[in-house]
Amino acid sequence: MDCDDQLVTLSFCSRTSRLKLLRCVLRDAADIAGLDRQATDAVVLAVNEACTNIIQHAYGMDPNGRIDVTLVQEQGALVIRLRDYAHRVDVEKVCSRDLDDVRPGGLGVHLIDCLMDECGFIDPPEGVGNLFQMKKYTG
Amino acid sequence: MAFPIEDRQGFAVIALSGEVDLNKSPDARKVILACLKKQKHVMVDLSAVEYIDSSGVASLVEGFQYARSNHLEFGLIGVSDAAMNVLRLARLDKVFRIYDSLDERLANGS
Repeated sequence: MDCDDQLVTLSFCSRTSRLKLLRCVLRDAADIAGLDRQATDAVVLAVNEACTNIIQHAYGMDPNGRIDVTLVQEQGALVIRLRDYAHRVDVEKVCSRDLDDVRPGGLGVHLIDCLMDECGFIDPPEGVGNLFQMKKYTG
Repeated sequence: MAFPIEDRQGFAVIALSGEVDLNKSPDARKVILACLKKQKHVMVDLSAVEYIDSSGVASLVEGFQYARSNHLEFGLIGVSDAAMNVLRLARLDKVFRIYDSLDERLANGS
């Protein structure tokens, strides 16, 4: 592990009560990474949405799933990786919906797309679970 | 966490507060729909909301839809900056009826 680049890794159970703790850690990490208030708010909301999706959809609200969140400071970007150990998701089905169709749900992916500079699934280690990566440019 | 409800001028005013995320939004949804199912017009006060995510917004949309289907009024009052930012991102700031306060709604009529 290169400690110069890695800001924090947080592992927690897929319980909704843990989201507040996650957001607190994210705020401090974004501050250390030098993000301004607006960018910090964006990262906090986007990562919260991604974890909410994992809890709701990957783990189906099972409170005993594991989620790992890693923040890495790379040249010109804060990189956030979210790992779960649920069944592989069908990436083709994870997409933003038509916002003109006003209905509850389905906003999370849209918010992530709006708030982050890059995002997408990458291959998880050993093909287990899912690994979602997001980047917020800092330059 | 219980969200307080106040009956004012023919409206049930529901005050959401704090961080309305996946942990709290089921409570918000429950209280909003409970008021609407009693055939009450609803105004949701978001002035004390410090954070809201898509699940919190979904509880508002569900209330909006239920009200529209049942000829009831549903609106938002005192929307905090944090909440308004998310509503704008979701392009819902033009969908909901939004007022500075209940007094503004009462002054303007329906």
